[in-house]
Amino acid sequence: MSNKIHFSKLSVFLLVVSIALITTGVLLGDNMTIFRKAIFICMECVGIA
Amino acid sequence: MLVYNADVKRWFTGGISVSPLKNVCVPGLNCYSCPGAVASCPLGSLQNTIGNGKFPFFVTGFLLLTGTLFGRMVCSFLCPFALVQELLYKIPLPKLKKTQKTLVITRKISILKYLVLAFMCILIPAFLYFKNGISSPLFCKWFCPAGTIFAGWPLTALNEYLRSAAGHIFLWKSAVAVSFILWSVFMYRPFCRFFCPLGAVYSFFNRIAIFGIKVDNEKCSHCNACTNFCKMDVLKINDRECIRCGECIQRCKFGAI
Repeated sequence: MSNKIHFSKLSVFLLVVSIALITTGVLLGDNMTIFRKAIFICMECVGIA
Repeated sequence: MLVYNADVKRWFTGGISVSPLKNVCVPGLNCYSCPGAVASCPLGSLQNTIGNGKFPFFVTGFLLLTGTLFGRMVCSFLCPFALVQELLYKIPLPKLKKTQKTLVITRKISILKYLVLAFMCILIPAFLYFKNGISSPLFCKWFCPAGTIFAGWPLTALNEYLRSAAGHIFLWKSAVAVSFILWSVFMYRPFCRFFCPLGAVYSFFNRIAIFGIKVDNEKCSHCNACTNFCKMDVLKINDRECIRCGECIQRCKFGAI
């Protein structure tokens, strides 16, 4: 197999942006929004709501 | 699939996991209401955050990170619903034959997943939030077969209250799930190719993803031996339909992949 790791300027830039977005999301409490939804049965997902 | 749904004991309780890892997302399509799910679905989290009137910084960053690292390789190796479709396709029944005509049709229909992403997952939930002050996850509610199979069916089987509350939406979603189960027997990964919003997101990153396959253009003879047999109807390695499974690597006689 000839799988390789391919870095480009764009991919490095996107990595930096993604980490910045994740950090911003954590600081703004996005994870709590996700967690509060995820620990209860999602009635929409189950098809009941 | 086992890692995503590692809270095994919940499968027997009629409830769901309250793992602290549900603060974060998994890369593939795995409903967070699956009884054993220990982390969150990125699509459900995206719609939920938008439906609460917030810009989804965390989920967007997560999708960007995963896409930049792997592109649609997630579809090959990290998605439970993709695994279900792969296993169903292995059932020894006649398969839809790949011809030039079917290739043209499937390539056109595959645009649908971008419309599902744009409208069901982003624009309509945002519009409904601004109109009504709250919104529900449209894709999860009306369509997602992974949610039905991994969450809806086990929970209604184990939970008497949910079973009594199941109505026409549950029936509709069950019909959608059964359709994809049957379709997957005769056609390779129909949900991934035509409807999956997550595949749509990751497809944007295929050409620049850090990990995965790459074609050496100096060795490539453009014989198309790699794409001729591809079950995803790829026109070129790493195009939007390529799930970077690597099956084409051994097909190339020139060692270009």
